Amino acid sequence: MTDLPSMLPALPEIVLALAAMGLLMFGVFAPGDRTRLCTQAAVATMALAAVLVMWDIGTAAEGFFGQFVVNDFTRFAKVMVLAAAALALLMGRRWFETEGIQRFEFPVLMMLSVVGMMLMISANDLIGMYMGLELQSLALYVMATIQRDNVRATEAGLKYFVLGALASGLLLYGASLVYGFSGTTAFGGIHDAIAGGEPPLGVVVGMVFVVSGLAFKVSAAPFHMWTPDVYEGAPTPVTALFAVAPKVAAISLFLRVLMDPFAGLIADWQQVVAIVALLSMIVGAFAAIAQENIKRLMAYSSIGHMGFALVGLAAGTPEGVRGVLVYLAIYLFMNVGTFAIIIAMRQQGRPVEGIKDLAGLGRTRPLVALSMGIFMFSMAGIPPLAGFFAKFYVFMAAVEAGLIWLAVLGVLASVVSAFYYLRIVKVMYFDEPLEGLDPMSSPTLRIVMGASAVVVLFFFLVPGWLVGTAEIAAAALVTG
Amino acid sequence: MIEDISLLSIITFLPLFGAACILLLVRGTEPEVAANSRWVALWTSAVTFLLSLGVWIGFDPARADFQFVEKVEWLPGHGIGYHMGVDGISLFFVLLSTFLTPICILASWEAIKTRVREYMVAFLVLETMMVGMFCALDYVLFYVFFEGVLIPMFLIIGIWGGPRRIYAAFKFFLYTLLGSVLMLVALLAMYLHAGTTDIPTLMTTGFPAAMQTWLFLALLASFAVKVPMWPVHTWLPDAHVEAPTAGSVILAGVLLKMGAYGFLRFSVPMLPEATAEFAGLIFVLSIVAVIYTSLVALAQEDMKKLIAYSSVAHMGFVTAGIFAMTQQAVEGAIYQMLSHGIVSGALFLCVGVIYDRLHTREIARYGGLAHNMPKYALVFMLFMMASVGLPGTSGFVGEFMVMLGVFQVSSWVALFIATGVILGAVYMLFLYRRVVFGKLEKADVKAMMDLSPREIAIFAPLVVLVLWMGIYPSTFLGPMHASVDNLITTYDAALQAADGVSVATR
Repeated sequence: MTDLPSMLPALPEIVLALAAMGLLMFGVFAPGDRTRLCTQAAVATMALAAVLVMWDIGTAAEGFFGQFVVNDFTRFAKVMVLAAAALALLMGRRWFETEGIQRFEFPVLMMLSVVGMMLMISANDLIGMYMGLELQSLALYVMATIQRDNVRATEAGLKYFVLGALASGLLLYGASLVYGFSGTTAFGGIHDAIAGGEPPLGVVVGMVFVVSGLAFKVSAAPFHMWTPDVYEGAPTPVTALFAVAPKVAAISLFLRVLMDPFAGLIADWQQVVAIVALLSMIVGAFAAIAQENIKRLMAYSSIGHMGFALVGLAAGTPEGVRGVLVYLAIYLFMNVGTFAIIIAMRQQGRPVEGIKDLAGLGRTRPLVALSMGIFMFSMAGIPPLAGFFAKFYVFMAAVEAGLIWLAVLGVLASVVSAFYYLRIVKVMYFDEPLEGLDPMSSPTLRIVMGASAVVVLFFFLVPGWLVGTAEIAAAALVTG
Repeated sequence: MIEDISLLSIITFLPLFGAACILLLVRGTEPEVAANSRWVALWTSAVTFLLSLGVWIGFDPARADFQFVEKVEWLPGHGIGYHMGVDGISLFFVLLSTFLTPICILASWEAIKTRVREYMVAFLVLETMMVGMFCALDYVLFYVFFEGVLIPMFLIIGIWGGPRRIYAAFKFFLYTLLGSVLMLVALLAMYLHAGTTDIPTLMTTGFPAAMQTWLFLALLASFAVKVPMWPVHTWLPDAHVEAPTAGSVILAGVLLKMGAYGFLRFSVPMLPEATAEFAGLIFVLSIVAVIYTSLVALAQEDMKKLIAYSSVAHMGFVTAGIFAMTQQAVEGAIYQMLSHGIVSGALFLCVGVIYDRLHTREIARYGGLAHNMPKYALVFMLFMMASVGLPGTSGFVGEFMVMLGVFQVSSWVALFIATGVILGAVYMLFLYRRVVFGKLEKADVKAMMDLSPREIAIFAPLVVLVLWMGIYPSTFLGPMHASVDNLITTYDAALQAADGVSVATR
């Protein structure tokens, strides 16, 4: 008789998955509309999962015969994913109600995609990794088209699905090559196979395919084409989710795959990641300049930000991992806050997405404009706001690893990107108000916006807690 | 003791506290909010100025090291801290910032009518950034303040500026940001080499010669834009012309000094070999700045643009003086900066006075103001003369000392720089003649009133200071003496050591 696998390390994921199934049943069989209750239950479950994730801080454990690992790195990433997803769910509730899209499936799908993301973060095996990725992606494809009678939304979902399937194919192909040439799918086994002398060429080729697939998932150039369309077409609260949680999960997986099984191939992947980072920064900076739609602009902005985060990964050092984690955490606050404002953008009740609709916001809604201004200056990386420290740590790692050229080109790209962030500030403060926006009706959005602005603004006072935690998490990844 | 109560932090963050008060506490109808914001801002900046006088009084001029030092652990990772202090070089820049801010707020009293609350908040935040930058003894801290200045200044130009304000604000922001980010890379490289960003430690680190060249170029990219040196000065005329009067005063009075201060604080003491290597380049750029921009100033039709170009020329003296690295030249450069900060600020205020009345800066629209605005004509003349460098005014002392010091290094450089003094007299006297003298013909110009009591109150301290600095410069030269002496001694020692190494390896 075979032993049962140790499942305890995956407890948060199991709880989430069971709750998702339970809510699905409840939603189907309970009389009347139960969307609101499902949403609240989903948020509560995610909060519970976050508590469970953080239960044994400082320890490392493996489950499912070594296919699943838990350590401080995975905890850090999972808490970010859970926070981003829960916030996206909370922020979107009122929006969906106003738009008349009352679907209890939405929180259920959200929970399932979160389970997928957490599995990606913890996967210690190529098969586990792929399963997590697909669970996440399939749920996200449906969420992109949740507004199914809207042409733009369905188009976005279809594009996302087709290109996502292509990327999954690339990744799977790469994984099969790696398996074929190293003889194992376990991360530890691949690591050992590479460590013993000259790596087989097939593993290197497979690794490049895996990197391409992952680059697609983080929307890094040159695999970024889907991002603007999907961001623009999806309902705004779904865009708010896309911008943060899957990015955090995919970057974490990126870090795990390259720093753990493929650590021995750093000479091969470092140049690839550096080029991908550079291209993303450049594409994000230049392509956003001409955008008129704020969601498209945020899409290019996120491409650029992923480029900056990958600079830390390109360094391939514990400092680099720390930089990436700090970057992701600060990116989470900046983006969640910005999307709280975008979700609330309405004129006479109908949602608007044009940058010009923000005109004169500094006069009509001073507090919203102030918060938006803080987020924009922060994304541009101007001190003393949090975004500066995010860039500071990734570029420090790059310089330390000898990638000075990447750091120089990266900071130059950040100047170009400053232009379009400033443009939003200009529209809000320098232009005369046209029609003006409706007041922010939802208290949730107001709280999220205000809290994020406070965090971004005052981060410089106590940077220690985040950087220190990220350092511990990075150490767990590199040594474990 | 004064040293115990962290005076520098109080001076730095008191304006921020005032800004928070305006933002959170001021309530009521629009005129009430405007009035209260003005008063809160004025009181905050006045108290800040009085406190900063305490730094001057408590400053020991005999010591060359940093005083009023505060040090707290800040960023995790080793060697990045909150470290503040002043020496003889930075002391007067702190005072200049705290002195000009209340004057700027008074000057905006009636000129700014819209969104007064936001304006005052922006100005107080700006003051915090400026003072913090001159006090910072940690490179990261310095960088935070150095770039943080951009946010309030961008808003001040963009919201309350002239017709082309958006263009000017973007140009100002992106130009300076482009320079600064290269400095950020240099900062990181220096941190990783030295293991700390503590400025006094970095000064004694001694970077390898090959590294120094690159670091110097990266720092040059940042500071040259800020000074601004020819040919990266083109943001300045635009920013000056479009900014509201008080914004121009701060730009010319303090922000331009940040670049030159950066040279004195970072480039020269930390990278002595590269400084010696690039001194020739800086001299050439300074000479071009002095002569070329003086000629450009001569051709201007817009008063503010003329003064903006004259600022570039005057800063040319400063950079030449700094890189001559003799006692007189460096002290002269610092003195010239202080003098220019007050004089060019005052000149922009002079333009502001008549702009508030006629709403044009076109020189040809004026003429004959001596008849109906005699007090104004007198004040304007004094500052004009100070800008030219007439003996007895502050401008003379700085320019004379710079030329004296530069002459010891290179008589050719001194010769070219000296032509700038002549050209300066030409364009300033030409401006003065066209605006103040001549016949009083235009009806709207005739109707202009002379200085109001508020305006006299603004100009009085500036007049006193210009004459004081011109007649008895020792008050100001005394405290900087020991620090400058120390700077030059360690610089020479570092160069000699480097020579010794190159001889030994040869």
